[in-house]
Amino acid sequence: MQQAGKFSSLLQIIVFALSFFVFQPFAKAAEEENFNVGEMIMHHIKDAHEWHITGPEHGGTSIYLPVILHDNGFKSFSSKYFYHGKEVTVTSKDSLTLHYMEGVGPAKGYALYHEEIYKLNNEGALHFEGEHPHNAAPTDLSVTKNVASLLLGSLLILVIMLSVAGFYRKNGAVAPKGLAKFLEPIIVMVRDDIAKANIDKHKYHKYVPYLLTIFFFIWINNMLGLIPIIPGGANLTGNITITLFLAFCTLLVTVFSGNKNYWGHIFWMPGIPVPMKIFMIPIELIGIFTKPFALMIRLFANITAGHIIVLALISIIFINKNIAWAGLSVPMALFISVLEILVAFLQGFLFAMLSALFIGAAVEEAHH
Amino acid sequence: MDLILPDFGLLVWTGLVFSLLMFLLAKFAWKPILNAVNTREQKISEALELAEKTKAEMQALKAENDQILKEARAERDQILKEAKEAALGMVEDAKGKAKDEAAKVVESARQTINSEKAAAMAELKNHVASLSLEIAEKVVRQELSSDDKQKALATQLAGEIKMN
Repeated sequence: MQQAGKFSSLLQIIVFALSFFVFQPFAKAAEEENFNVGEMIMHHIKDAHEWHITGPEHGGTSIYLPVILHDNGFKSFSSKYFYHGKEVTVTSKDSLTLHYMEGVGPAKGYALYHEEIYKLNNEGALHFEGEHPHNAAPTDLSVTKNVASLLLGSLLILVIMLSVAGFYRKNGAVAPKGLAKFLEPIIVMVRDDIAKANIDKHKYHKYVPYLLTIFFFIWINNMLGLIPIIPGGANLTGNITITLFLAFCTLLVTVFSGNKNYWGHIFWMPGIPVPMKIFMIPIELIGIFTKPFALMIRLFANITAGHIIVLALISIIFINKNIAWAGLSVPMALFISVLEILVAFLQGFLFAMLSALFIGAAVEEAHH
Repeated sequence: MDLILPDFGLLVWTGLVFSLLMFLLAKFAWKPILNAVNTREQKISEALELAEKTKAEMQALKAENDQILKEARAERDQILKEAKEAALGMVEDAKGKAKDEAAKVVESARQTINSEKAAAMAELKNHVASLSLEIAEKVVRQELSSDDKQKALATQLAGEIKMN
């Protein structure tokens, strides 16, 4: 009983500490007169050049990530020279009030507007047309929040998987223990239920490493995204760039695995009249791209939507400016968070499953 | 709008990191893990197969043992039967032989008896004959002791001849 009591009080402390962090992004917003939910959410799900931990947006505690620019040679400096730079307020031609951060120190000559870096023009300012600046932009290769999260997630996967591999290297082919015991059924599931079930049984071996990597990459990064504080919280797998890249990988694997039978079905569909064959060519060609395109959109939309829902539910408290609303918003956010844990796994599974399905169709032998 | 537009910098980093991750995992994680899992699965299936085989072998061995036992039992029965028959035969044989022997003994005894009897008869006959001769001699001597008597006898003998 005492043990349980100790545990529950520890849990209370953790929950309290977590809630403190979770609500930090809202702290400043709540102080303001009109709390803009949409802006807050969009700010959260988009990439940034800093990793915000606590406190108000400017002057709070953040990890300032390195900015790397390619503009007549590489330049690198901390993003604090933007966030702690000079805040400029301009009124555009359409009488919109816009804010941007002008870089100081090594960031001099650049400005940060909506997390995009622009070069200042000859007058030392950004020139706006509508909401968008018309200034030239250097190639931005910064280690942004998403890149940092990507590195962290990849490192985590690497550490986990290498330790599992180490277990087998040390103990040989024995019954798994510890981490290996937990991960082996999942690895076997990817091999058997995803790869073997969808790809020809003589050819599936080649694709198992790719499917395993893609599955664990998505799953673990999804899970990291659900953690509200550093080292999680980045909307990495809900970023279109990441899903675009992963879908492109599947497209490449599919296209380069395609055999005669696969291309035959695209360019000269067997079993239908010649006019239909010709008619089918563009449809099938578009089909090559729509499949990975659907993969890209599915993962992006699911993960982004999950983040948006959790944030929106928490925002109920700040919209109504009454802590009593937590009684409604916290259970709902908790429910969605738990659902998101399922979705995190499901989306990884689906991505790998559909990739395997496409690869399977590309390497299938003619059977008629 | 920039929410659904890919970012070049992030794309470069993703490509780099994912490719490196894929390479490292494939080489140092998936290969040893999958190898170990495959080896173990193979081991397990082999062990199961061996168990199945051993079971079948045991069954065969048991069947063989049963067969041998059955054969041994049949053989024992056969031997017993034969022994009994042999014993019976021997007894019969012995009985027959004894009977024959007995018959032989009886026969020889009879023969001996007969020959003894014959010998005795012959001796008796001889004795009787000699006695008869003695008697006859004595009688004849007496009969022929006088002429009258010789004449009477001759007459009698002659009478007897006539009658024939």
